[in-house]
Amino acid sequence: MITGAADGIKDVTPPLSDADIESLKAGDRVRIIGVLYTARDAAHGRLFPLIEAGQPLPFDVRGQIIYYTGPSPARPGDIVGAIGPTTGSRMDKFTPALLNLGLKGTMGKGARSQAVKDALTQYKGVYFGAIGGAGAVLSQFIKKVEIVAYEDLGTEAIRRLEVENFPAIVINDCHGGDLYQEGMARYAR
Amino acid sequence: MHDIHVSSITDAVKKLCMEANWNLEPDMLRAFDRALGTERSAAGKQVLQILKQNAELAKTKRIPYCQDTGFVVCFVELGQDVHVTGGGLCDAINEGVSQGYQEGYLRASIVKSPFDRVNTGDNTPAVIHVDVVAGAAMKIMVMAKGGGCENRSKYKMLTPAEGVAGVKDWVIECVRTAGPDACPPLILGVGVGGTFEKAAILSKKALLRELGSPNPDPMIDALEKELLDKANRLGIGPQGYGGDTTAFGIHILAYPCHITSLPVAVTIECHAHRHKEVTL
Repeated sequence: MITGAADGIKDVTPPLSDADIESLKAGDRVRIIGVLYTARDAAHGRLFPLIEAGQPLPFDVRGQIIYYTGPSPARPGDIVGAIGPTTGSRMDKFTPALLNLGLKGTMGKGARSQAVKDALTQYKGVYFGAIGGAGAVLSQFIKKVEIVAYEDLGTEAIRRLEVENFPAIVINDCHGGDLYQEGMARYAR
Repeated sequence: MHDIHVSSITDAVKKLCMEANWNLEPDMLRAFDRALGTERSAAGKQVLQILKQNAELAKTKRIPYCQDTGFVVCFVELGQDVHVTGGGLCDAINEGVSQGYQEGYLRASIVKSPFDRVNTGDNTPAVIHVDVVAGAAMKIMVMAKGGGCENRSKYKMLTPAEGVAGVKDWVIECVRTAGPDACPPLILGVGVGGTFEKAAILSKKALLRELGSPNPDPMIDALEKELLDKANRLGIGPQGYGGDTTAFGIHILAYPCHITSLPVAVTIECHAHRHKEVTL
């Protein structure tokens, strides 16, 4: 579900529908409310053979958002340590297949491949940017963390996060919009 | 002869690792403020403000500034009149990294083999560069080097005919291709000259100079300023959302080189520029 707010920031609550995705444009500021799943290099490396073999994944990706992050350990009494985004392009190889299964969003930082951008259009998906290197601030929006799969991967395990008003921005929408290209063109001198 | 027991080296490195990850240096905080004064992009300004908050929160709550708490790169200037006692220097440094990362709740990001990729669990080993220098002191500089920006670092063997113009083009090309991926605002360490490995090491060490301080060589200082201006005209901006603050600084270290060669190494560093040093 996506709703507008008076401050111009869109509230994004997974699961997301095709219509939700179509309403998002590159450059839109959003607050994510509810569930995010974490997965980065090693977890994607395990998910991909399952997809290729047509086997079920450890969580239902339909309508969901995967956040590319590997948090630092929580101090005793804390929910999580620093939890900012990692570079999205390292997951480019795996993303179209996940979008094909109904994943609606990915969140990271840095530019995606043309193949991923095309898949966002084809399958109706969106790529969100979280602020890279703001791991301490972003930890404050995490309300709950549980490990879903691959605990042996440590920081790279798949985690289910419950988040409240997690701040992000739309980098790539399903209409071909690309904040990185548009932003750079606007400010190049 | 100055005896330094390995336990003091381990203790020092442990503290440096934790402090580097929690407390950005004052030159970085000043860079955020300077950029807030010049940045035209609203989205860019907002990023810079959040990064300032992030630095404050990391310091007060002792949460790492970034969850990627880095590969520990350790530069040691070892006085030739120092005698390390009680064990090996590199073992002592790695023990300090292990203790610092575990006790400081810092992320273990190092895999034992680049092939089978099993995490070592305590962020060891460090990458250690030792220079033997005159004197009886040991200076230890620790950098927690993030992987995302490191992945955008580049190397090129230019020809002498390509000259200074070629160096300029290459450095700007490195900023352009790093783009939003490397978490701008960036700092660039540029190593020019020497051999293949010398230029790469210089490019890392160049990052350790105080941000905003002039290069001691006036010609290179002018080159750094020209490159910084060019980089900030690319429009990439904070986080790549568009803006004027693509880089906070470009630091060059040069070394004599062979008549055939013009090696240029560029280490890309993100705004999570974490380093501390101590002299024993």
